[in-house]
Amino acid sequence: MENSMSTQTPIDKQAGDLERWASIIGGGAMVLTGLQQRSLKGILTAVAGGGLVYQGTQGKSTVKQVEDAVGLDHAIRVEKTVTINRSAADLYSFWRNLSQLPTFMRHLKSVQVIDDRRSHWVANAPMGQDIEWDAVIVNDEPNRLIAWTSTDDAPVENSGFVRFQPSAGDRGTEVKVVMEYQPPGGMLGTMIAKLFGEEPEQQIGDELSRFKQLMEAGEIATTEGQPKGA
Amino acid sequence: MKAVCWHGSQDVRVDTVPDPKILNPHDAILKVTSTAICGSDLHLYDGYIPTMKSGDILGHEFMGEVVETGPEVTNLKKGDRVVVPFTISCGNCFFCNRDLWSLCDNTNPNAWMSEKLYGHSPAGLFGYSHLLGGYAGGQAEYVRVPFANVGPLKVPDGLTDEQVLFLTDIFPTGYMAAENCDIQPGEVVAVWGCGPVGQFAIRSAMMLGAERVIAIDRLPERLALAAAAGAEIINYEEMDAGIALKEMTGGLGPDCCIDAVGMEAHGTGAMALYDTVMQAVRMETGRAMVLRQAIVACRKGGKISVPGVYGGFIDKMPMGAFVNKALTMRSGQTHVHKYLRPLLERIQQGDIDPSFLITHKLPLEEAPRAYKIFRDKEEDCIKVVLKPFETASSLPAAVAT
Repeated sequence: MENSMSTQTPIDKQAGDLERWASIIGGGAMVLTGLQQRSLKGILTAVAGGGLVYQGTQGKSTVKQVEDAVGLDHAIRVEKTVTINRSAADLYSFWRNLSQLPTFMRHLKSVQVIDDRRSHWVANAPMGQDIEWDAVIVNDEPNRLIAWTSTDDAPVENSGFVRFQPSAGDRGTEVKVVMEYQPPGGMLGTMIAKLFGEEPEQQIGDELSRFKQLMEAGEIATTEGQPKGA
Repeated sequence: MKAVCWHGSQDVRVDTVPDPKILNPHDAILKVTSTAICGSDLHLYDGYIPTMKSGDILGHEFMGEVVETGPEVTNLKKGDRVVVPFTISCGNCFFCNRDLWSLCDNTNPNAWMSEKLYGHSPAGLFGYSHLLGGYAGGQAEYVRVPFANVGPLKVPDGLTDEQVLFLTDIFPTGYMAAENCDIQPGEVVAVWGCGPVGQFAIRSAMMLGAERVIAIDRLPERLALAAAAGAEIINYEEMDAGIALKEMTGGLGPDCCIDAVGMEAHGTGAMALYDTVMQAVRMETGRAMVLRQAIVACRKGGKISVPGVYGGFIDKMPMGAFVNKALTMRSGQTHVHKYLRPLLERIQQGDIDPSFLITHKLPLEEAPRAYKIFRDKEEDCIKVVLKPFETASSLPAAVAT
């Protein structure tokens, strides 16, 4: 495990790492393969903050920083890419208006934008329960990338980014979502597991498909409410 | 309304169900005036297509009159008489833009199911399993048509339902099968299966310049229909079709081979028995006798076209023959939207009158019997058209072939 103590990394090594992470997030390779044991949250915060030495979003303890930097092995990570026949600018604009996300993210009840960086998320959970958390945008590159992380008091720690990249051969824009979340134990953990389903990749994939349908076809294909025999 | 619902293997019923509603802004609702039973519906009837649910409304060959449109439907209005492609396409994605309509990215709400089985999802289809969208079909009094700006084609006055109904599937399907052969002057086309798609493939191959067409089946009434179109015929129960094809083509083999049979092929001999057993115990989903024979019969460097439906896996694929004879194979669900207008013109010009195929016109209530006689080839049944708003007394019991 290289760089297990990020606070002791020499300056030139830090710069090298940063370049490497920036290129993994912005490049064509599988992001999660590059991530290995590192935490996505740590990387996103580091890249956004300009160095691997960072104080986190709300002045976290050294132990927490180290955890973020090296990652916790029970994190659930998902990476999914879809090509959409629209410009990166169109797709970015729709997504950046976070309150529109529940249109195609079925498990979300609402996203309330608090200010330019902060937002409040409410998700439907089984048995009529709701799960709520606040998120902060840690990196916002117009028409290219939006990265976010939950605040420290979130019941489910989650972070991720969505990247919009013009695809080769005039096929539109490749939209890549990379997400990581730490399921807590107990009842809440069980609820979260149900929320994201047994196959989080499929769920993120379905959400991206619906985003694509909305942006390309102008509506989300459905059969809900059609007649059937008894 | 009344609708033909699937309830299990060889169990279709006419149920009373709620009328369809507009669910999305680009939807339209049709009052169905004519709807046909397709050979591919028999794969559902026999339970070979996975992900059907009890109560699913069947039918993907239908036409009718627009009775309601969603707020974003701009090119149709109440009262328009339209035919509807069996493939549902958005009109805006990578595939629709390249005329590959049946591969539309955006119309299968259950894409994840297909992605698990096929790697990617094709377009949603009407009434053809949840794997392919789970859309309620058109063997009903009314049907909801999504993406109504893109699919439905208005029918010009002066053409009957029977003349244009098959634009929804089997005419374009047979035509695309012939087009996929890239027929060159002087070429011989062999067509396995003289059912509806085979009949259109035979006629389309001739329209596209085939020198000779050889049709293979075992049912006299179907072979007679092929012969009437000018095809030479092989009854494979009377002779070995592979040997006959070689003899009839001077030892070369046919240049183009069309499998218009698909996953429920019948045959003779040991391989046929093998397939029947393997399929019965669900070790393979398709009996690929025809495809195997086509690959072995085809001339070196020739072309195989597969309009016949396969849903899952087949066994004993003669890959050695395919590779060593340098064959080309093309397939796909039909890109119906691409063919609608050109084939309508063929009908208007009198190049073909698709109504030649119809042997039975029945009220919707008779669907359960219609499925059975079509599957079992009783009453010389080749093609059934159901009429949801007509009664037995207003329709002849059977139409002469």
